[in-house]
Amino acid sequence: MSRPGLCAGLAVAFVLAGCMEVEQTAAAPKQGRYQGKPDTQPWANEPVAHERARWTKGDRGSWETQIKTRQLAQHEYMRIYQ
Amino acid sequence: MARMKFLCDAERCIECNGCVTACKNENEVPWGVNRRRVVTINDGVVGAEKSISVACMHCSDAPCMAVCPVDCFYKTEDGVVLHDKDLCIGCGYCFYACPFGAPQFPQAGAFGLRGKMDKCTFCAGGPEADRTEAEFRKYGRNRLAEGKLPACAEMCSTKALLGGDGDVVADIYRERVARRGTRGAEAWGWGTAYGQPPKGKS
Repeated sequence: MSRPGLCAGLAVAFVLAGCMEVEQTAAAPKQGRYQGKPDTQPWANEPVAHERARWTKGDRGSWETQIKTRQLAQHEYMRIYQ
Repeated sequence: MARMKFLCDAERCIECNGCVTACKNENEVPWGVNRRRVVTINDGVVGAEKSISVACMHCSDAPCMAVCPVDCFYKTEDGVVLHDKDLCIGCGYCFYACPFGAPQFPQAGAFGLRGKMDKCTFCAGGPEADRTEAEFRKYGRNRLAEGKLPACAEMCSTKALLGGDGDVVADIYRERVARRGTRGAEAWGWGTAYGQPPKGKS
């Protein structure tokens, strides 16, 4: 093949490469399912060192106990009469 | 298993806007965005005026989750409805679907260009590492990860706004209604938000 022909061939291949369709996702997302980043649970954290809130890291039950105890501060009858 | 819920007692709300201020301050919410607001009906009519504090109620069967075209909403194990701002396209469908008008859209550029949706997170942050600067900047403070309740409910001076585990909230409200002798119909929005069972359960 002549040199100009080779150059022309390469140029055509280069230009047509722009028309190629590249697969954007590995798998189609399932509609209706959360597509974002995963989140961590609040009980997976250590309690803040200098605050009164206390629970065992990773133990959901103790975290819920902490939340429910704190909620009772919203119950003014219990706050006043106890 | 705790299911986080809000309850606003219309009999007690005095329209002080303490909840709005607490939310703004705690989460450093920008101008033009109100995650929580106080609505007054029959304003000035003696005996008929009622105020209610409105924000995302973290519905059992949240309509915003159903209509989102990019599926950026999720519900945490403790029942808080959150969303991923990296995924949100600011289309506004959730705003049309929400019965409480909770989703807010900050202006993101010239000519009123809408930014990514912002709403009440029940002070539970979002899908970033808990209690980090990144989480705070995008979603606000994560008080649940600090063992605390939403700032608005804890700040409420008359305890009209209750927030936390639904069972405890209901117990507090039930005793309150029994003592004052009303019908209990002042729990505004409770039926709309939690009247439907969670999706996938009957």
